[in-house]
Amino acid sequence: MRLTPLALAATLLVACSSDSRTHADSTSAASNGGSVALTGAGATFPYPLYSRWFADYANQKGVKINYQSIGSGGGIRQLSEQTVDFGASDAPMKDDELAKAKGGPILHVPTVIGAVVMIYNLPELKQPLKLDGPTLADIYLGTIRKWNDSRIAALNPGAALPASDILVVHRSDGSGTSFIFTDFLSAVSPAWSSGPGKGKEVQWPTGLGAKGNEGVAGQVKQTPGAIGYAELAYAKQNNLPTAAIKNAAGEFVAPSVESATAAAAGAAASLAPNTDYRVSIVNAKGAGAYPIASFTWILLYQNQTDAAKGKQLVDFLTWALTDGEKQAAALDYAPLPDAMAKQLLDRLKTVKVGGTA
Amino acid sequence: MIVGPRPLEEPSSGLAARLASAGVGDRVYRVAITLFAACVPLLLLLIAAEIARAAWPALRTFGFGFLTSSAWDPVNGAFGAAPALYGTIVSSIVALVIATPLAIGVAIYLSEFAPGWLRQPVSFLVDLLAAIPSVVYGLWGIFVLIPLLRTHVVPFLKDTLHLGATPLFSGPNYGPSMLAAGVILAIMILPYISAVAREVLLAVPRSQREAALALGATRWETIWGAVLPYARSGIIGGVILGLGRALGETMAVTMVIGNTHEISSSLLSPGYTMASLIANQFSEATGDLHLSALMAIGFVLFVLTLVVNALARWLVWRVARSA
Repeated sequence: MRLTPLALAATLLVACSSDSRTHADSTSAASNGGSVALTGAGATFPYPLYSRWFADYANQKGVKINYQSIGSGGGIRQLSEQTVDFGASDAPMKDDELAKAKGGPILHVPTVIGAVVMIYNLPELKQPLKLDGPTLADIYLGTIRKWNDSRIAALNPGAALPASDILVVHRSDGSGTSFIFTDFLSAVSPAWSSGPGKGKEVQWPTGLGAKGNEGVAGQVKQTPGAIGYAELAYAKQNNLPTAAIKNAAGEFVAPSVESATAAAAGAAASLAPNTDYRVSIVNAKGAGAYPIASFTWILLYQNQTDAAKGKQLVDFLTWALTDGEKQAAALDYAPLPDAMAKQLLDRLKTVKVGGTA
Repeated sequence: MIVGPRPLEEPSSGLAARLASAGVGDRVYRVAITLFAACVPLLLLLIAAEIARAAWPALRTFGFGFLTSSAWDPVNGAFGAAPALYGTIVSSIVALVIATPLAIGVAIYLSEFAPGWLRQPVSFLVDLLAAIPSVVYGLWGIFVLIPLLRTHVVPFLKDTLHLGATPLFSGPNYGPSMLAAGVILAIMILPYISAVAREVLLAVPRSQREAALALGATRWETIWGAVLPYARSGIIGGVILGLGRALGETMAVTMVIGNTHEISSSLLSPGYTMASLIANQFSEATGDLHLSALMAIGFVLFVLTLVVNALARWLVWRVARSA
């Protein structure tokens, strides 16, 4: 009991100091453009990281950012209608979507890299499963139906593969995860690219649809012989066994934050100097690159009509690409390669705030 | 304008004044109430018009073929409602087949047989089923019902009862299926049907039962011959209420039905319903035609629900007239 007044005093002290600090920061923010709350909407995949960023940024700079994780499609729609200050998407906007945006040209700013991992349920198998792109595409096309198919066996010498049917599980809800996965299959398999193609929702030739990462993981966990795909962060946090995938350099790479960043580094090396960053990094060249990976983007108008908000938004993105990137790995998101983050900072300078660059 | 008991010999002039002023109040009241009542059909019309407007591009592109096509290919812009329409109807029928006898049985027990101390708690528990959120049913479906169906119920149906050869139970048994969706829906609509049926049975006049018993009928004969026919139209109304709920249920069904665009005679194969299709795809749909096709699915569901409800009204009316 004797501690209580002390603890109370300490709490008050902390509260006061943090209060005064935010206050000071918000006044300084106010002096250079006004403390404006920004609103954004879009992708659910990076939401855990973004919400951490927004919380930290509000603490440090006193700028509040409201973000609704309503899905990439909703984010693109809302940005096009100018009901939010920025959007977020797991798939780059298509040309016709860009043309319909009411506020002019839109910049794509990659923030982190998402990787999609293959999860499976093969209790007999002791070592991690190895797969390559064409085999994976044929499993999802339904042309490889058994686990002991000669092509799977050739990739996994000495492995105890059962003679059971493969149960294919995919996402039933439209999602960026499906986009990355089908983008990869389209890149490695002509039959896939001329058949189902790539998209957040495609016409799956075979298999069951399950809702969300948790639905796919639940179905795979319950059914021996099942294979599915999920986000890296989800699979890591739930300790699901994941397959190593053969990359463009011919090595089998296990999914990880590092191998996803390596994919971005490999792809960044061959970017055109004037790229708009609407690029796919699946099946990326480069050593150690995990092949099923993609950027996730924050979308903003190049011409910010509201000067105060525009400045706040650019300030936030600058912070995200420098300080924010350092937090990504801890939350199982792959940070951008350093060189690329620097290029993006230059690109942010092309944003016109209230008519001036 | 509260009119209390008045002395009989009130002067007639006072009465006239009261009537006149009540006339104004009555008229205002009447207009207000009419407006309130008009809001509901207006809202319905507005919803229908708005959905139809949004669905129009897809309906114009695909025409009547939208109802018969099995394609759902957002990449190439080909859409059809057939598998989802089929799944919506079949899963609801499965649910009704399972839930109706159960619910009526529960209602008969509670109204005719249950001792007084048991009636309230059991009624309460059955009603409580209606209060469980849909997503909880879905999770329970994934983690309890589907494993149970896969490891016990379906092997029993296939191997012990030899139903595997019939089209209804043929094909592989993965777990998520039309059957799983039907069972989940049955549990969800059971409280609605049984609550209505119970109230209707309790409202059957005592004289009805006493007359049958006095004629020497057994208890079973009394219920079957005197009580149930009297309550028939009300019970059918309850079943229709359950059907309406089954047609529109979204989240729990999405989680257990397997979400596959195919029409299969087997209840063990995965399927799709219109409500779950919209729920799955709306948030990430960006293409105009894709969005419009989802709206068209909503429009078809809307029309289906209207038709089912109209049919139900007609059925209740006919039963009530013939009784």
